[in-house]
Amino acid sequence: MSAPATLVEDRAAAGRQRPGSSRTVRGGGTARRWATRAPLLPALVFLIAVTQLPFVATLLISLFDWNALAPDARSFAGLENYASVATDAALRESVLTTVLLTATVVVVSVVLGLGLALLLDRSFAGRGVVRTLLITPFLLVPVSAALLWKHALYNPEYGLLNGGWAWFTSLFGVESPAQPDWISDMPLLAVELALIWQWTPFMMLILLAGLQSRPAETLEAARLDGAGAWQAFRFLTLPHLRRYLELGVLLGSIHVVQNFDAVFTITSGGLGTANLPYTIYQTFYKAHEYGLASAAGVLVVLGTLVVATFALRVVSSLFREEVGRG
Amino acid sequence: MTVLTTAKAPGRPSGALPPAARRARRRGAALGLLAWVAGLLFCVPALWMLLTSLHSEPDAATSPPSLAAPLTLDGYRAFFGAEPWAPLLNSLMASVFSTLLVLLLALPAAYALSIRRVEKWTDVMFFFLSTKMLPVIAGLLPVYLFAKNSGLLDNIWLLVLLYTSMNLPIAVWMLQSFLADVPVSIIEAARVDGARLPTVLARVIAPVTAPGIAATALICTIFSWNEMLFARVLTGVRAETAPVFLTSFVTSQGLFLAQMCAASVVVSLPVLAAGFAAQDKLVQGLSLGAVK
Repeated sequence: MSAPATLVEDRAAAGRQRPGSSRTVRGGGTARRWATRAPLLPALVFLIAVTQLPFVATLLISLFDWNALAPDARSFAGLENYASVATDAALRESVLTTVLLTATVVVVSVVLGLGLALLLDRSFAGRGVVRTLLITPFLLVPVSAALLWKHALYNPEYGLLNGGWAWFTSLFGVESPAQPDWISDMPLLAVELALIWQWTPFMMLILLAGLQSRPAETLEAARLDGAGAWQAFRFLTLPHLRRYLELGVLLGSIHVVQNFDAVFTITSGGLGTANLPYTIYQTFYKAHEYGLASAAGVLVVLGTLVVATFALRVVSSLFREEVGRG
Repeated sequence: MTVLTTAKAPGRPSGALPPAARRARRRGAALGLLAWVAGLLFCVPALWMLLTSLHSEPDAATSPPSLAAPLTLDGYRAFFGAEPWAPLLNSLMASVFSTLLVLLLALPAAYALSIRRVEKWTDVMFFFLSTKMLPVIAGLLPVYLFAKNSGLLDNIWLLVLLYTSMNLPIAVWMLQSFLADVPVSIIEAARVDGARLPTVLARVIAPVTAPGIAATALICTIFSWNEMLFARVLTGVRAETAPVFLTSFVTSQGLFLAQMCAASVVVSLPVLAAGFAAQDKLVQGLSLGAVK
């Protein structure tokens, strides 16, 4: 939560900078306060109705033994669904898969994105073209990107990866090069690679914007003081980029943790790649176990709240320590 | 020789450079080259998709890949022969109408969070963002049951509503940051000159925030166009969107690589065109307005 927190603090600080013309409406009559709130209400009411009410309904459904294939057998079950969900090995495995998938994709994308952003933060011939090339993966519709990786790249017989490798090794006279079946040999990695390919440009764009907002004078001053390139990066650039890194990690995690398209398309959740969204989708859409799916959904919401609050706090404090220690 | 020397930048013959500067220059060229290699490498899969979409099916499925095979539009013909217009139109409707609705709801909200702020406006901002963190899958079943019982299943307007709620938090965050940039002083000056609120909105605030609104609209449109989970669960034959059509199109074909690539190119083309044309807006939008 700390990335948006710093952003909001900045915005609040920007508001405070102008004394005498405070933007926040305080005091005044009840009518005046409601007049200020009025423009906010439609959006707030709409959002609560469409996103929060379903969660309440999920909470209620989770207390019932309800399979849509036997609708007459619906009965109050108390916390039984939670007990079955908590002891369900497949669900526990999908929690692990979700964590692994999200962490791998976000961390690798951030590292690669940072490298690319640093490369693009210098002027060279055709910089605009390279930037355009780099953002292409992010602009492909996620489903078509997943289809592309599954069929045109990973296919063991005519995919580009194996085909390109065969062509490359034949240059050196290798007779039978390795031709792995990417998706069945390394299913999770296959999903991760496709997602990293799509999310690296996103991280690159945000970090590049961060790099370009660096004050040039400080860097110049550091160079005059004899700081090397590494020192300037470590003590000036990295601290400056902190909030951009946090923002990238936060937004990337929000999206990747909920990924459905890539898992659905590339592996159909098979071979240990079923993440939580896919497992829950499977439980209610295919198995019609409404009660169980809802209980799983409630647990996922609770888990998300805990992870979103703690993980980000830990990450940002670790990062601050790291920067502070040096 | 003469050609070479005239081609060099005038007044800076390379021999006159000190060794350190020459080394820095060589390093710069190497890093530029590296950036080019990385850019091309990242683009190879997308370029491969484009090339394959222009090959015949037998040429598309060869190993090693046939780069120089003759080009054909057969893949595109097959795709458009499968009647993709209804799904494409559905996607367009869902994207455009949900984006309009998002702006309609988010603009006043952002106004109340930036220009005439409600109390505890940061709490409200966090509430908006927190709805984005909750996994949509956990609320999908009640939405499905509601749609089924109220006859809204397979109805594009249900998707419009859902996409609006999906993008509303992002839009509020973005627009809030753009509106907060409008200097209070010019609003007050307009007020002092006797301008009423509608005039202030239209003449003072709108021109300054128009680029930000455009960035917001771009992001919301892209996210709606891309969405598949809701569309997959809540639509059938009538309201099917392009991403759902794409997956069913692929599974129903036999030797299909060229067709699949052609279909993927067509479905991605609007997003690619909009994203390329408005790269800066894209960055603003993706960072929730934090980057300007």
